[in-house]
Amino acid sequence: MKFIYVFILSLLPFAAHAVDVERVVSPGGIEAWLVQDHANPLVSMRFSFGGGSELDPQGKEGLAHLASTTMDEGAGNLDSQTFQGSLTDQSITVRFSAGRDHFSAQFRTLKSHEDKAFELLRLALNEPRFDAEPVDRLKSQIEAGLKSDEENPNTLAIRALFKGFFPNHAYARRAKGTLASVRAITRQDLVNFVKMRLALKTLKIGVVGDVTPKRLGELLDRTFGALPLNPGPSEVPDVTVNAQGRTIVIEKDLVQSSILFGHGGPKRNDPDFYAALVMNHILGGGSFTSRLYSEVREKRGLAYSVGTNLYPFEKTGMIIGRAGTENSRVQETLDIIRAEWKRLAEGDLNQQELDDAKTYITGSFPLRFTSTSAIAGVLVAMQENDLGIDYLDKRNGYISSVTLKDVRRVAAKYLKADHLNVVVVGKPKGIVSSP
Amino acid sequence: MKKLLAVLISISVLSACSTVKRGGVFDPETFTLDNGMQVVVLPNHRAPVVLHMVWYRAGSSDEPQGKSGVAHLLEHLMFKGTPKNPDGLFSRKLAQHGGQENAFTSLDYTGYHQTVATDRLEMVMSLEADRMTNLVLDPKDVKTERDVVLEERNQRIENNPGARLRVIANQTLYPKNHPYGRPIIGWRPELAALTREDALAFYKANYAPDNAILVIAGDVDVANVKRLAKKYYGTIKSEPVQPRRNLVTTTAIKGGESILKDARVRQPVWSQTVLQPSLTNGDNVRVSALEVLNEILGSGGTSRLYRSLVIEQKLAISTGTYYDSGARGDGHFVFYASPRANVDLDVLAKAVRTQAQKLIDQGLAKGELKRIKTRMLSEAVFARDEMKSGAWAIGSALASGHTIADVEDWPERIAAVTEQDVIEALKAVLSEPRNITSKLLPLSNTKEGS
Repeated sequence: MKFIYVFILSLLPFAAHAVDVERVVSPGGIEAWLVQDHANPLVSMRFSFGGGSELDPQGKEGLAHLASTTMDEGAGNLDSQTFQGSLTDQSITVRFSAGRDHFSAQFRTLKSHEDKAFELLRLALNEPRFDAEPVDRLKSQIEAGLKSDEENPNTLAIRALFKGFFPNHAYARRAKGTLASVRAITRQDLVNFVKMRLALKTLKIGVVGDVTPKRLGELLDRTFGALPLNPGPSEVPDVTVNAQGRTIVIEKDLVQSSILFGHGGPKRNDPDFYAALVMNHILGGGSFTSRLYSEVREKRGLAYSVGTNLYPFEKTGMIIGRAGTENSRVQETLDIIRAEWKRLAEGDLNQQELDDAKTYITGSFPLRFTSTSAIAGVLVAMQENDLGIDYLDKRNGYISSVTLKDVRRVAAKYLKADHLNVVVVGKPKGIVSSP
Repeated sequence: MKKLLAVLISISVLSACSTVKRGGVFDPETFTLDNGMQVVVLPNHRAPVVLHMVWYRAGSSDEPQGKSGVAHLLEHLMFKGTPKNPDGLFSRKLAQHGGQENAFTSLDYTGYHQTVATDRLEMVMSLEADRMTNLVLDPKDVKTERDVVLEERNQRIENNPGARLRVIANQTLYPKNHPYGRPIIGWRPELAALTREDALAFYKANYAPDNAILVIAGDVDVANVKRLAKKYYGTIKSEPVQPRRNLVTTTAIKGGESILKDARVRQPVWSQTVLQPSLTNGDNVRVSALEVLNEILGSGGTSRLYRSLVIEQKLAISTGTYYDSGARGDGHFVFYASPRANVDLDVLAKAVRTQAQKLIDQGLAKGELKRIKTRMLSEAVFARDEMKSGAWAIGSALASGHTIADVEDWPERIAAVTEQDVIEALKAVLSEPRNITSKLLPLSNTKEGS
């Protein structure tokens, strides 16, 4: 059936402009979402496999992370320096990263080196060497990072927060591992990781750039075609965030305390997700206008950075906020944050705030589309979250239809000031850990 | 691996521009308004989005003696309001329209930028033009914002041993009272004493159309930008601004070593910063040679330093060089390395020096120069891919007293670099007396087992 080379199943306009997402299926059946952009002679691709660091075996925490840093350190006949030299000299980017729920990659090449670039990527995915030299070297770099983490307020805070949130779940484990667990990882562990986890069934691909669907189909088959269909067995259960208003103080000799606070929130597939997005924007979202920004920073000068975010993981959802303030003002800052949490939970919200939040969330979305790689990232996220190929067109509708009633309902459901778990790293005055 | 490098060598405290890759040919359109405001337009039609930036030729190095931090404090205060747009209305309006914004202060310039849907460009221009000369400051707001900046200082410097060491090292690297020798965010006592009047004085002295550059990148056409620029910025009265002071130094410095020992340091870092020409000195051949040298010696996981110290000798977990040619004053060339367990920093320093000397003694390998140049020149294509790259590269060049040609001719200058140029540049770096060594060390000297 050679003549049906590539299926283009849908063509969709975005914001009346030229971001048309095409669903490309290669002759071998590999799917990618593509935005053609022939303005510049380059191709950007991002892709991810299901399962991230939460699937690392007990005692081998940090395996996915170590694999992500060593897969591009030699493959096929090419040792580490030859492989890296090929990438650098031809300005090819191949970079892997391990998240909690996904194992992801960024790839970018000039059109003129396209064949070579995809070949190097194929090698990294299918025949990584994991030679002793690069693995030892990367382990020593990771170990140095882990030691520094012991003094990094943000890392310490997020670890403690997750430890409290997930007492018996893989999310509490350290994505980069511990000194002992990283040392325990063998070459065979890395080989098994690649064999068991990089499988077609969970692969999501986004491509943007100077490439036609037909050509992309060829490249996809060549690059990914030899991967196994199914990943090895894995089971990570859904989990509810365990937040009951506990406070943890990690004493460090710092002038400024780092504060993290949070509790459960909606998952990405929650029907209330969009209402929660609007709610979060009003409470602590990313412009210079949120309630926390205004009350903590603008009016009182308590902190330089303060804000909240939704964290929709695959198996759970969270709302987490952060602030940094002088040790003597931590209590005051936390009081204000809790008061704002409560105020919104009780439904104190007007139409203007809702409208402003909605126009911000819809209006700022296209601002992400400023490079080929950034757009490819959006295409992958759409697939990971089952948002549909028409999501770019539908998103504004999802946001616009959120009502005052929705936000009040979602705020009452999710915002529980008394349940906020708080971690403070520093020497906060008058604050002690919960018993 | 790259990420780790970035964490260990993260250098500039506030200088937002040092991370922007120099691009190549962006083909900008440029014109100057009657009041002296320069305008640069970089059309890019990928998405219906536009980046709007105003750069002032005024940074922390333009502050009066004793008022360190005032350029950056003013940057914060610019969000407070004007008679037409009081009480933070700027940010509220912008957010209502889905716009994103921020601002930055560096040694040499201050900038304000917004990214919005193309059809909101006019609104943003009217807001930004309004606050160029109509800022109103309430003393209470100034006091509160000063507290915010003190918290920012805690976050960026006090809580970060590496940043504290850089402050100490810069103070030693530049002659007494040289503005590059003080932190952009200011000395704490001076910052804490800044007043509304200090901020307004700096504003009046520096914020004027003839001291500003408008850069617009994205889904726009030049004629329309010209019309809007005339309408909003063209009507602002020009204000002659004092000429900027000369920042290039020739004086000898104390030099030597800056050492910071801190209980929170778990991974030591060594670096050596050497003053070198920037584009300001006019020696563009030397500047380009230093850029190529940086690439050969210390850029990425296949560079000479990385290969020798990290892979072959296993002395370091990371090492490299970087070079900043964009400053209005002197540029600097930096060597850095972070050791494997139980390796002394002096051993690292010596190994770096040995590799540099080897390059002088043996010259480049066959084909090395061509390979390095090819890969540098490819960066131009990637730079054009990102909407903001051209705006940042050209904005920072113009605000630092450099020219559009300095940016646009970059590929030709790199292509013209010879092996001789590279070796001469390296010799100049190694023999430059104005340099300082920095050592970041754990508090205790107990050796850690690996």
